[in-house]
Amino acid sequence: MADVSLHAVRKSYGKTEVIHGVDIDIADGEMIVIVGPSGCGKSTLLRMVAGLESITAGKISIGNRVVNDLEPRERDIAMVFQNYALYPHMSVRQNLAYGLKIAKMDKAEIDRRVDKAATLLQIGEYLNRKPRQLSGGQRQRVAMGRAIVREPSVFLFDEPLSNLDAKLRVQMRMEIKALQRELGVTALYVTHDQVEAMTMADRMIVMNAGIAEQIGAPLEVYNNPQTKFVGGFIGSPPMNFLPKAAQNGPASATEIGVRPEHLRFCAPGTGLFDGTLKFQEALGAEMLLHLQDTTGRTIIMRVETREAPELGTETVGVTADPADIVFFDANGKRA
Amino acid sequence: MSMVEKKGASVWLTHIGLILGIAVMCFPIWFAFVASTVTQQDIIRPPLPLMPGPHLIENYKRALLEGVNAPVWKMLVNSTIMALGITIGKISISIISAYAIVYFRFPFRMVFFWLIFLTLMLPVEVRIVPTYEIAAGLGLLNSHAGLIFPLIASATATFLFRQLFMTIPDELVEAARIDGAGPMRFFRDILLPLSRTNIAALFVILFIYGWNQYLWPLLVTTDPEMNTIVMGIKQMFPSGDDWADWPVIMATAILAMLPPAAVVLFMQRLFIKGLVESEK
Repeated sequence: MADVSLHAVRKSYGKTEVIHGVDIDIADGEMIVIVGPSGCGKSTLLRMVAGLESITAGKISIGNRVVNDLEPRERDIAMVFQNYALYPHMSVRQNLAYGLKIAKMDKAEIDRRVDKAATLLQIGEYLNRKPRQLSGGQRQRVAMGRAIVREPSVFLFDEPLSNLDAKLRVQMRMEIKALQRELGVTALYVTHDQVEAMTMADRMIVMNAGIAEQIGAPLEVYNNPQTKFVGGFIGSPPMNFLPKAAQNGPASATEIGVRPEHLRFCAPGTGLFDGTLKFQEALGAEMLLHLQDTTGRTIIMRVETREAPELGTETVGVTADPADIVFFDANGKRA
Repeated sequence: MSMVEKKGASVWLTHIGLILGIAVMCFPIWFAFVASTVTQQDIIRPPLPLMPGPHLIENYKRALLEGVNAPVWKMLVNSTIMALGITIGKISISIISAYAIVYFRFPFRMVFFWLIFLTLMLPVEVRIVPTYEIAAGLGLLNSHAGLIFPLIASATATFLFRQLFMTIPDELVEAARIDGAGPMRFFRDILLPLSRTNIAALFVILFIYGWNQYLWPLLVTTDPEMNTIVMGIKQMFPSGDDWADWPVIMATAILAMLPPAAVVLFMQRLFIKGLVESEK
């Protein structure tokens, strides 16, 4: 267990810089989720912490020890990979024990740790099977087990749930979160799935094009996005963006952002937007209404199904509380 | 009903066809075996016998212990040493070179790869004169080392292992790095076990290649005691009008066939087992 700190971390491949300076201090036992679209540098950042990628500039420390030039095994970390990366020719027990065996750990201690991890993850009955005899979810647990037995200071997860089906993913993300809490180990978790990020993170880093756009607790990021990108990326459906009306908001603002659930109906011409219903998506408890105005601009409104109005072709107006509106300037930053 | 009958008939026909084919293929071997169990007189007086005679043990004993120029057991030992040396040498060298080429970044890596690949175009026969010159210069004539070393490099096997290693996911390599496995450890604990099937397949192919070598042993061994069995059979033929000991020659031919057949039979099982078990 340890603090992790990244200070002005940069990564270049030749002349192309892909990470443009990331700073974060991670507290002991905290779970940090790095989320962003593909190609944003989130995996690269994680791999730099793991020691699988070199650090071009800046400093990474784990437990007050600068690890820039240390080999992965010397960093006191464990990593779970997207495709699990289990050794196909070894049994589950051998997979779990391999790292400890290399560390020349006492046989009895290895067995104790493997059995403990197996009990924790409920994979005890598969210990003598080969990875190919396991289902995706079971392989995922073995990969977790291989990280746990090392009793590392930091867990690194690289999109560990991407290969599972939707139902199992929901179940496993809760289990991983619970396990991380129980063990109290600092964790860095990379995903492109913003729901995973929202549900698992103590704090999340929203990355875009090699920059950490915002670092904060999930609800703080959701309610108070610092950039237009964050507002659009976090939340499904994303935040609606509209040109700023002349009368309200800071002078530098050019655009406003409103979450779909904060929109309500009003008389046409009195609100933020007038439009007609293009189509609606019934999700069960709630319904998404896609409204389009005369210029072709579309916004999405989220309403409870039982409160959803029967809309025909008539024009409706929508508005929101001033407190729920965020303003962005011409550079996509908060105004 | 008619469908079943038709199917039954076609099964019979294909089997008869296959059995006939096997009979045609096996007849020369059967004939060699018959010839190794009769006397010289039975062979040279027509018609040729088609059923085994009573001299099997006597002929094979004579071949193994006396032979024509040298006892056949010595030639069998030479052939075994040569075939195993070539097989093990080729597999070890090629798997290590493939490991270097796939997993390490060193200057002129691709140049070395293409150099190895180019040697595919230079089989033993093309470079046999300079190779003989070098072997003679190093004093390797009439030695097991001289039989093995010039044939030990293998571009084909290197290429096969390279292709295999390239299919192993990078994440597996990284997982091993995080587990603390150094390069040698990774090679021994991960790559070797994952290459098992390929090693078994190559063992079969290369053992037969090594066993069947003819031209190189013919050049490099002049001492009959150093002959390998495949070239030794030819050396047993008399020159000119001399008298050929056919029962012994045929016994030698049968003996020369047995080890490769055994390797195929034994390794085939391991090979298939490996195929069924492995998954990446």
